[in-house]
Amino acid sequence: MITNFGYVLLFIITGALFVGVALFVSKLIRPDRPNDTKLMTYECGEIPFGDARIQFNNRFYIIGLMFLIFEVEILLLFPWAVVFKEIGWFAFFVMFVFVFLIFIGFIYELGKGELKWDIPAPLIPRYEENVGVIEEEEKRETVPSAKKL
Amino acid sequence: MAEVTLSSFIVLGVALFMLLNSAAIAVYAERRVAAFIQNRMGPNRVGPAGLLQPIADVLKLLLKEDVTPTEGNKFIHAVAPMIPVITALMTVAVIPFGEGLYATNINASVLYLLAVASLGVYGVTLAGWASNSKYSLLGGLRAAAQMISYELPLGMAVASVVIFVGSLRVVDIAAYQETWWFFFLNPLGAIIFIIAAFAESNRTPFDLVEAEQELVGGFHTEYSSMKFGMFFLAEYMHVVINSMLMTTFFFGAYHLPFAGYWLPELSPLVKGILDVSVFTIKTGFFMFLFIWVRWTIPRFKYNQVMKLGWSRLLPLSIANFIVIAAILFFIVN
Repeated sequence: MITNFGYVLLFIITGALFVGVALFVSKLIRPDRPNDTKLMTYECGEIPFGDARIQFNNRFYIIGLMFLIFEVEILLLFPWAVVFKEIGWFAFFVMFVFVFLIFIGFIYELGKGELKWDIPAPLIPRYEENVGVIEEEEKRETVPSAKKL
Repeated sequence: MAEVTLSSFIVLGVALFMLLNSAAIAVYAERRVAAFIQNRMGPNRVGPAGLLQPIADVLKLLLKEDVTPTEGNKFIHAVAPMIPVITALMTVAVIPFGEGLYATNINASVLYLLAVASLGVYGVTLAGWASNSKYSLLGGLRAAAQMISYELPLGMAVASVVIFVGSLRVVDIAAYQETWWFFFLNPLGAIIFIIAAFAESNRTPFDLVEAEQELVGGFHTEYSSMKFGMFFLAEYMHVVINSMLMTTFFFGAYHLPFAGYWLPELSPLVKGILDVSVFTIKTGFFMFLFIWVRWTIPRFKYNQVMKLGWSRLLPLSIANFIVIAAILFFIVN
C-alpha cells in the first residue's frame, strides 16, 4: 500500500526516469567531436578573458536575506490562516502585531534604499570650440527618477 | 491513505503524459500564435498544419552534438537541466483535474506546491553558475533574485485563498469554488497571483533571465543538444503548470461559473468528462494568455522588475491578505 506522499515519490521517480532516459538516448545517438575552439566559453566570438565567477552586486545578497525573512513570515501565516476563525481575539491580533512589526522593518529597508536599483545617468559628451569633445565625469550622478522610491 | 486507489495510478500516467504533450502543444501554439500576431505563416510544413513540428524539433535536438565548456563545472552543468523538468512534473501530482480525479491528496498540498515551485530556481541558477560564462552568470543571478522576489507575493496571494477555505488541501480549495470562484471573492489576489506567476515562469514581460539583446541566451548560453532541450521543455511545462495553478486557485478549477446554483446532478462519468473538459479549456485559455502577453508587452528593465516586486506587489499582497482576514473575522464570522 502506498501512502499519499508515496505517490509524490512516484512522480519524482517518473520525472527523473524521463529526464534520465531522454539525456541517455541523446548521448547514444549524437555525434561527439570536441575541439578546443568548440569547448571555449562563449564570449561573442572573442577569446574569453578572466574568470566568470566575479564579485557580483551586493544587492543580490540583500534580496536573499529579505526573502528569507518574508518567506518565514508567510509560512507562519499559513497555519494561522487555516485556523484563524476558531482561535479567538487574542491570537487573531497577535498575528496582526507580528505582520505590523515585519512591515515596519520592510518600510525602514525601503526608505534606506537597499532595494533600490540605481541606474547611472547617461554620459552625454559635450562639444566645444577649440577644445573638442568633453566627457564630464565629475558631474555624473544618478537619474533623478531613480532617486525616488 | 484511504483515498488512494487504482485511479491514482491512472491519473499519474495520464497526467504526466498529458503534461508532456501539452508542453509540446504549447511550443507549437507559441510559434503559430506569434506568427498570427505578427501577420506571417509560422511553421506549417511538418505534418498537417505543422502539427508535427515539436516532434521534429525534439529529433533535431537529440541528434545535436553536446558541448560542455572546459572552464565550467561538468557535474553541475549536467545536473542543472534536470531540476526544472523534474520539479514541473512533481507539481502536477496534487492538482485536481475533476471531482475525485487527482493523483494524490496530501494534507499540506498548498505548502508542497510552494516548496516545489521554489525548487525550480535551483536549475536556472546552477546552470548559470556552472557554465562559467559571464552571460550565464548574470542570467542565473537575475533569475535567482527575480524568482525569490516574486515568490513572496505569490505565497501571499495563495494565503489569501487559504483563509477562505481553512484547509491546506488543493482538492478542498477546488471544491470550495463550486459556487463562487475566488476570482470574484478575491480579485486583487488573483491579479497578483497572475503577475507573480508570469515572473516565476520567466516569461515576458519578466524574461530578464534570458534577455536576448543583452545576455545572448542568458543562463543557457552554454547549453546545447538535449540539455538545452530540457530547459526549453521546462519553460513550456512551467507555462502549462502555472496556467493550471491559476485555474485551480482562482478560476474555479473544474467548475463552471456558479455551477453550484444551476448545474443539475450528473452521473459520475458525465461529470468526470465535463470536469476535465472545463479544466482543460480554462488551462488552454491561460496558456494563450501567456503567449498573447509575450508577443504584446515589451520587457521591463531590471530595476523596474525589482521595484514592482518589492515596493508594489509585496505590500499590496500583504494588505490584501490582512483586509480579507479582517473582513472574514469581523463581518462573516
